[in-house]
Amino acid sequence: MLERCGMKSLEELYSDVPESLKLKRDYELQPQMSEKEVRDFFEELAVRNQPLTCFAGAGFYDHYTPAVVQSIAARSEFLTAYTPYQPEISQGTLQYIFEYQSMMTQLTGMEVSNASMYDGTTALAEAMLMAVSHARKKNRVIVSATLNPIYREVIDTYAHYHGVTVDTIPEVDGITDLNAMREMLAAGDVAGVILPTPNFYGILEDYTGVADAVHAAKALLIMTAPASTLGVIRTPGEWGADIAAGEAQSLGMPLNFGGPYLGYICCTKALIRKLPGRIVGATTDADGQRVFVLTLQAREQHIRRDKATSNICSNQGLMALYVAMYLSLMGAKGLREVNELSAAGAHYLANRLVESGAFELKYPERPFLNEFVVKFKGEVKLADFVEVCNSCGCLPGVMISDDELLVCVTETRTKEEIDRYAWRAETFSKATVPAMNNTDMSN
Amino acid sequence: MNKKYYGKVIFELSRPGRQGYSLPANGCEDALAGLPSDLLRTKSPELPEVDELTVVRHYNNMSTNNFGVDTGFYPLGSCTMKYNPKINEEMASLPAFTALHPFQPSATVQGALEAYYTLQQMLSEIGGMAEFTLNPYAGAHGELTGLMVIRAYHESRGDMKRTKVIVPDSAHGTNPASAAVAGLKVVEVKSLPDGTVDVEALRPLLDETVAAVMMTNPNTVGIFEHNIPEIAEMVHACGALLYYDGANLNPLLGVARPGDMGFDVMHINLHKTFSTPHGGGGPGSGPVGVRAGLEQFLPNPRVVKHTGDNGDPLFHLDFGTEKGPHALGRISAWLGNFAVELRALAYILSLGRDGLKLAGTLATLNANYIKESLRDLYELPIDRVCKHEFVFDGLTDKSTGVTTLNVAKRLLDHGFHAPTIYFPLLFHESLMIEPTETESKETLDEFIAVMRDIAREAAETPDVVKNAPLETPIRKPDDTAAALNPVVTFADL
Repeated sequence: MLERCGMKSLEELYSDVPESLKLKRDYELQPQMSEKEVRDFFEELAVRNQPLTCFAGAGFYDHYTPAVVQSIAARSEFLTAYTPYQPEISQGTLQYIFEYQSMMTQLTGMEVSNASMYDGTTALAEAMLMAVSHARKKNRVIVSATLNPIYREVIDTYAHYHGVTVDTIPEVDGITDLNAMREMLAAGDVAGVILPTPNFYGILEDYTGVADAVHAAKALLIMTAPASTLGVIRTPGEWGADIAAGEAQSLGMPLNFGGPYLGYICCTKALIRKLPGRIVGATTDADGQRVFVLTLQAREQHIRRDKATSNICSNQGLMALYVAMYLSLMGAKGLREVNELSAAGAHYLANRLVESGAFELKYPERPFLNEFVVKFKGEVKLADFVEVCNSCGCLPGVMISDDELLVCVTETRTKEEIDRYAWRAETFSKATVPAMNNTDMSN
Repeated sequence: MNKKYYGKVIFELSRPGRQGYSLPANGCEDALAGLPSDLLRTKSPELPEVDELTVVRHYNNMSTNNFGVDTGFYPLGSCTMKYNPKINEEMASLPAFTALHPFQPSATVQGALEAYYTLQQMLSEIGGMAEFTLNPYAGAHGELTGLMVIRAYHESRGDMKRTKVIVPDSAHGTNPASAAVAGLKVVEVKSLPDGTVDVEALRPLLDETVAAVMMTNPNTVGIFEHNIPEIAEMVHACGALLYYDGANLNPLLGVARPGDMGFDVMHINLHKTFSTPHGGGGPGSGPVGVRAGLEQFLPNPRVVKHTGDNGDPLFHLDFGTEKGPHALGRISAWLGNFAVELRALAYILSLGRDGLKLAGTLATLNANYIKESLRDLYELPIDRVCKHEFVFDGLTDKSTGVTTLNVAKRLLDHGFHAPTIYFPLLFHESLMIEPTETESKETLDEFIAVMRDIAREAAETPDVVKNAPLETPIRKPDDTAAALNPVVTFADL
């Protein structure tokens, strides 16, 4: 091979690299490992992780993934392909993305969907950029205080560097202050309004009349929901939203310590040319068969370059396959059952925690689906209770302040697990910390 | 690959009443009925009703109309379609990683944090950088993050007038797009006929309004930018920073490091150089590295290593409190595409220091071998030793009317994926070939033989090439119709 290249040594392949730039030593890395040694390395790391019985949500949900999903997603025809630039040999990828788009529009109640975004936080940030781009001269976006704070942080980062002003619509008793929102809209400089449902506290907010107020102010309404809940809750489309953007991890993706997940972004047909990322469309081939292609590519970064309003290209293709398979298996009925079981478990646990005497509901009057906030009433610290739970293999929720816990139940939690959690709370409320540490709570 | 087109969508297989799931009852009382009905959806989503076997067959059949690296040779330039070892998949699927909730206390995720930290350290050594964040989700996301880091650096110095980014005209399309999203204006700098950046054209563009210069090295025509020390000096002299687009890092493994070339900020595509699967377009991963002095601008959260009471290492998450006031904030929900990071870690461990170096060198050898084997039939606009990839400007004989698109489509008939076509924009008939190191000489020789056959066909029976592909599951799709009348959901069909 070297001979064909007119060379005598491998070093000649780098004759164009100035000597001063060459690394004159080996990388400070270990020598290569055999496959067995790699396995040992990872297994040694794995034992220092402790998966916990999960009552935490806050944007990432422990739903069940049917066996089919990961089995088929591992097929290397899907796994080892790249973006379907050659449609003649990529119909598999193109078809599942088309199915994914179809399913997401059904879930969100919107008209069009793209092929996926990185995750919920970046999807919502891109929705914000869509609103600003659509408004042309306005660059202010208002965001409810009830939005997941992680989403807000990502939005703030994107906004800061893109020259977008983000202001907070205050909350009252766990829900968006809609009067305050109307006042902010009255300034006439708002390009977009971002509202969550259910919100960060798990509360289902009533957005009646909101879309009219937002549209009257010539702004776009952007709504975000954990995708699984859209199987039962009133959809962004039904509320009159222009864009729905959020996290679809809850549709069959493992928690994976934060990723890969999948961001969805759906919108009205009127906004399709502002929609970032890939879009798959149906057409016909030279033989007249119905086939699928990447379409509307003139919107995309590789064509528009410096005029682009998004730089996203390939992102979470394989995770769109997860969603397509998950929703095929579950159907509308299964997704409803997932939500029924989750909500039933959550309401049962909420009651049990209140009965335990250790907690009270922070927003007792507000409707919730499968996530809720409890306030710790005990003498000792909430952090101590959380630690005791952890040591018993349980993640009791996410602490959102020193004495408040955001608790989530999904269909994967058994009644026994829920009862055990409630029993720990009850025992804890009656015990002091040293006594707790001597109590076997793991049974 | 199955040449028979499957072509159904799952909705067409739906029959009322069928179901493909089973869920456990939890015995808790229904709560949905108690919720205000106007907060619930009024109409069920129209999703398929199918049994499990139907789902399995449907997606299996679809997959057989797809071409991946495991199917055959995939010489897609600038995409580094190397083999994705199976052990990496298995390690990333260990339940002790996949079941972890991001908000678990650090004490319960020490193995995961150590994996992140270890990869971060390895990439720093490979890139010649001080520290990496693995949080960006993809290459383009890494570019955006890197440019934000650069803007944060200038802002921290009160240097607010740096609003421009200079990119070569040969740059990946994401470079200018990322700059635009980061709120920066893009200025293009011309390339010389040999494909490298024109230093004299760059010089007058550098002033106090420039935030950064973005470069790929080797560049998108596969040529090493040998003037990089001079360019770095010029960029730094004007107070700007030099950004390295790591899409083309593969050939430099073990040979040269971006940090040693004078780059200040860089990203790496784990799905290219570090063999994580492309997944039909993601999930990827685009870690961003910075030179010493810029660490405090990396995004949150960060994994920090301490020493525990017993002397063992202890890892925890930092949300910007430890690193000072200029931390970037968040650009992702958590620590990026974690399961992708695990795959890259497994890859680096498998190859080790010597294996990595060999990978880069063999990728370069393979590219030069193909280039030298076809240059008599395909036009080689830049005649130099290339790195991981090179560009032909179509067939040498232009009289046949056979275009680069025709050649690409004809390759599909022969069981090869097409190279990248019509990029870079420097040439009219760009055909960009990147073989990677994981292909054997036999595969390269087969590819070369087919490329030579196509050149012969173009001369003898040009219509055959122009009508390609003929042997694929579908024929050429009508892209114009798709764009004119977008049909993007099943409901639209």
